[in-house]
Amino acid sequence: MERLVQIVVDAVSVGSLYALTALGIGLIFGVMRLINFAHGELITLAAYTLLALSGMPVPVMIFGAVAVAVLLALLTERAAFRPLRNADPTTLLISSFAVSFFLQKLLILVVGSRLKGLDFLPALGRQTELFGVRLQLLQIVTIVVGIVLLVALTWFLKATRLGLHMRAAAEDFRMARVLGVRANNVIAVAFALSGLLAAAVSCLIVVQTGVVQPRMGLQLVIIAFVGTVIGGLGSLPGAALGGFLVGAGSILLQALLPPDLRAFREAFVFVAVVAILLFRPQGLIPARGLRERI
Amino acid sequence: MSAIAPLLVVSGLVVRYGAVTAVRGLNLEVADGETVGVVGPNGAGKTSLLSAIAGIVPPLAGLVTFAGAPLSGIALEDVVGRGIALVPEGRHIFAALTVRENLLLGATVRRDAEAVRYDIERAFSMFPILAERRHQPAGQLSGGEQQQLAIARALLSRPRLLMLDEPSLGLAPKIVDQIYALLHTIKSDGVTVLLVEQNAERACAVSDRVYVMSGGEFALSGNARDIARDPRFDAAYFGVRMREQAGAS
Repeated sequence: MERLVQIVVDAVSVGSLYALTALGIGLIFGVMRLINFAHGELITLAAYTLLALSGMPVPVMIFGAVAVAVLLALLTERAAFRPLRNADPTTLLISSFAVSFFLQKLLILVVGSRLKGLDFLPALGRQTELFGVRLQLLQIVTIVVGIVLLVALTWFLKATRLGLHMRAAAEDFRMARVLGVRANNVIAVAFALSGLLAAAVSCLIVVQTGVVQPRMGLQLVIIAFVGTVIGGLGSLPGAALGGFLVGAGSILLQALLPPDLRAFREAFVFVAVVAILLFRPQGLIPARGLRERI
Repeated sequence: MSAIAPLLVVSGLVVRYGAVTAVRGLNLEVADGETVGVVGPNGAGKTSLLSAIAGIVPPLAGLVTFAGAPLSGIALEDVVGRGIALVPEGRHIFAALTVRENLLLGATVRRDAEAVRYDIERAFSMFPILAERRHQPAGQLSGGEQQQLAIARALLSRPRLLMLDEPSLGLAPKIVDQIYALLHTIKSDGVTVLLVEQNAERACAVSDRVYVMSGGEFALSGNARDIARDPRFDAAYFGVRMREQAGAS
């Protein structure tokens, strides 16, 4: 029983992490039809910011990571994606790869490609007892952070003026502009939010692994991207659900597969992904308005 | 035309998509308070004309002046702030957003939140069906209801000029009656209207003046009552295209 609860908590916590990553990708895709692989580098650079600031008080480190990720997100939008705003999605996708590689190689050039240890918030690695079950504190924190950010994002989108503008722009950008919604504002806010989500994921993943390395973000983003696809590209609830399922699914497989098959758990995850896309090619929670444009 | 400058002046407008010229040097004027119809067959360039005025498509040549100021070069999202609202062809309501949210988006450029709330309530009393469904996704409305919503949404910016693109398209005749009754109300409220229609009979009935458009050009224009009875009307509506097709074959 205890073992089962531990597995479920582990799966939910890893699922939350991928849900947050997928949401960051989904936000940008929603307003711009851009699959932003450079989202991974936001996570990576936030992690290196933690490394650079290690020794400072924890709130300063977290604030620094958030600030760097948000500013970098805004900068990539301004420098790389705004000039291509009316380009087709393929061009945008390729330019996001370019931004991703550029930042990754720049980082390797500056700090080297070797992974570096970083003991961030070691207290979270402790075991704690909840309802008589021993659990890692970090897993509970990850789940709580995931829920808080999900609720906050939902509130922002549903209850604020800018949130309404973002939802309108995600459905029919040109009509939103005809009504006076400012394209630059909506897109900048989407990038800033994706930076915020990337920083949160970055902090949690650094606590969990205790290391930073230049490719850490990209690995997360590729899996999370698969999540946004099975959830339904362009749909935020879909991204959150898809990201969660991919993350949680891989942990459950790790725990439940016979030991000699565990090495292939990713293959099982992708078989499931293929199966989902065969039966629901538009994703689990399809987005509206992906086709129609004036 | 009267001595005071018209609200909207379009001169020498050319719109081209790649090799296709959709609008060939149009001149059009709409006076304050006037309702002007542009009628013509499918593909005549009517939507391109409205799109160019609304800033959706950049014109290749020509000038659009609104309330004395040129509209050229301003961003798409700034046009509505100048006082021009568009009800686009196909309505383009936000299907996933609620009816109320759609209306709220119509007031994006306004800063008077209190008056916006009042105007939304007024829209609900004008369109009881929208009031009933205010919290439902707009995608659940019928075609006629969506058209009402698109018009109500456009009016929420308190425009000086309301542009409608094929408001009768795809609607049952009874619903079209309702939409046109609504246009009469809007007109008598003093809103200037530029209406684009394939349905010439409907457009002539509500308009003060009518332009007949064909092949990207105005073939005929004048007082709405005269145009409807003009013997040259059919030739103007269909003729240019037929001649072009005959020439092409």
